[in-house]
Amino acid sequence: MTNVLVFFDRLDEELSGAQRELLSLAGRIGAVHVVTGADPQVVPQPLSVKGIHDIYTGTGLIEPPDAALADLLETALAESHADVVLGADTPDAVDALARLAVRAETGLITSATDISPDLVVTKQVLAGAYTTTSQVTGEGPLIVTLKPNSVESVVVPGHPQEVTSLPVGPSQQTEVLASEQLPSTGRPPLTEARVVVAAGRGIDGDLSLIEELADELGAAIGASRAATDAGWIDHSAQVGQTGVTVSPQLYISVGISGAIQQKAGMQTSGTIVAINKDEDAPVFEIADFGVVGDLNEVLPQMIEEIRRRRS
Amino acid sequence: MSRPVHIITLVKWVPDAQLERRFTEQRRLDRSEGILGELDEHPIEAALQLRESLPERSVRVSALTVGPAGASTALKKALQLGADEAFHLADDALAGADIFATSAAAAAAVQKIFETAEFDADEPAEQLILTGMSSEDGESGAVPAQLAERLGVPALTQATELSLTTGHLVVARISGDVQQRLDVRLPAVVSVTDQANDPRYPNFKAIMAAKKKPVTTWALTDLGVAASAVTSRVEVLTAAARPPRTSGQIITDEGDAGAKIVDYLVKERLL
Ligand SMILES: Cc1cc2nc3c(=O)[nH]c(=O)nc-3n(C[C@H](O)[C@H](O)[C@H](O)COP(=O)(O)OP(=O)(O)OC[C@H]3O[C@@H](n4cnc5c(N)ncnc54)[C@H](O)[C@@H]3O)c2cc1C
Repeated sequence: MTNVLVFFDRLDEELSGAQRELLSLAGRIGAVHVVTGADPQVVPQPLSVKGIHDIYTGTGLIEPPDAALADLLETALAESHADVVLGADTPDAVDALARLAVRAETGLITSATDISPDLVVTKQVLAGAYTTTSQVTGEGPLIVTLKPNSVESVVVPGHPQEVTSLPVGPSQQTEVLASEQLPSTGRPPLTEARVVVAAGRGIDGDLSLIEELADELGAAIGASRAATDAGWIDHSAQVGQTGVTVSPQLYISVGISGAIQQKAGMQTSGTIVAINKDEDAPVFEIADFGVVGDLNEVLPQMIEEIRRRRS
Repeated sequence: MSRPVHIITLVKWVPDAQLERRFTEQRRLDRSEGILGELDEHPIEAALQLRESLPERSVRVSALTVGPAGASTALKKALQLGADEAFHLADDALAGADIFATSAAAAAAVQKIFETAEFDADEPAEQLILTGMSSEDGESGAVPAQLAERLGVPALTQATELSLTTGHLVVARISGDVQQRLDVRLPAVVSVTDQANDPRYPNFKAIMAAKKKPVTTWALTDLGVAASAVTSRVEVLTAAARPPRTSGQIITDEGDAGAKIVDYLVKERLL
């Protein structure tokens, strides 16, 4: 039997879509164990799902970027006899798992999209230009981070479970001077939204049409780096190589040229609609439906038409 | 006299993302051509800004790259941008190195640079290692934490702001949906995002000055590292070019494109 240890670098009241995917993939491979640095008191509720063998925490809250998370992982690895350690594709999870890989003298594979029953890992590299398969060599466990929107989520609700608190506490290496929750956008989370409306330099600082369209579609708002660098949209909305990767059913790209670093974050979207006034914009190479036109003319009509059909 | 500061910035020579990038038959990335990764200009800029923020202290910036012979062009660019000296670890045993092997090699080089550095001061230098947020080819972002683990120091990744006072580094970073401000004692490894600063362009004077700056080239044996200590732990089994996504219907707006998009979305059951 294969044992899989799933690492949650943070845990809120409800599991995120990415966390459900991790549990689903782990369940497909073997017996699921979960380890998290979250407060042992709050852990049972969000983890009330079927098919988890053990839940491990530290003696108290251990928060990223504390290297004590690697101590916790190392202890949980020994307890669970895991053959695979899985985490989210976030910097905090990568940091802790990277340290674990050094300690366990084994390989780390980031941004995977799948793991086969014989532990071969599939991922896309070079901005999606290649698909590779790879595996770890040697005796150590396979350590992997999973790109969101990669596997089907099959998580069945269950009862709260007991938590095993391992003898690992936070270290004093870093002092937290401030820790502030980022303001919520009031829209669906970007990486989990069914529809994303993304804005680029072409909007020239005016977000009103983008917001109106996103409101009509219940969409999250994304952006190119040019739009976030200009300060028009918060950096957390940036889609691409140095932002987030999205894979919604529908991605509407507005006033974005479609540079390779932008494409890297959105080209696995179900359907791509692009509006750009330059017919040579690279975004049209990957658009399922493209409009060569001025966004200031196309968007108002599009919004109007959606409202007309709904009424 | 206050303590000197020694900053090592890790830089990588990567294939240019604007050109076609490909795998070789050995399932390795074709590294015959390359540039200094743009994401690695940010840690260099961060180091230079730290130096400028501490005019009363002696701050040395050393650029380090692990890579094939061609990687010397990345170091040249780092020197033009303002690094004081450069170190190049090149060894055939490192071809196709994964995260594990790269961090092992880099850790050995970092230790050697710090150990052999001489400063005209009574007290030892404070040590800081800066890296980019990720390489532009491997894109794992995992090397900084592995390097920190091997050196036994804290890692603060994805920094968007940093400032240095004696013995302390203050870093801003985002952790999930939380904005953190952290204080860490040196030595530490810090990775810097592309949001942290706008890298400068080298001017003519800087380009000329770079030619006189020292570049040291090492093989693994110069660091006392056996090839067996830097073996990769990940084996690539297959690398297949993905068929590019193709375009569908592209229309030119004739006053009705907004309505046509809606027609399309309805037809595709997306509305
Ligand atoms: C290391 C690295 C990492 C990067 N990471 C990212 C990343 O994560 N995400 C990202 O997006 N970029 C990233 N970039 C930047 C990327 O290369 C591009 O510069 C950026 O995506 C351009 O943004 P843009 O398309 O909004 O702007 P531009 O390229 O300037 O394009 C603006 C587009 O708007 C169109 N337009 C203008 N006015 C109108 C109008 N009225 N109506 C319709 N269309 C109009 C123009 O025709 C043009 O095509 C990265 C770059 C590097 C080097």
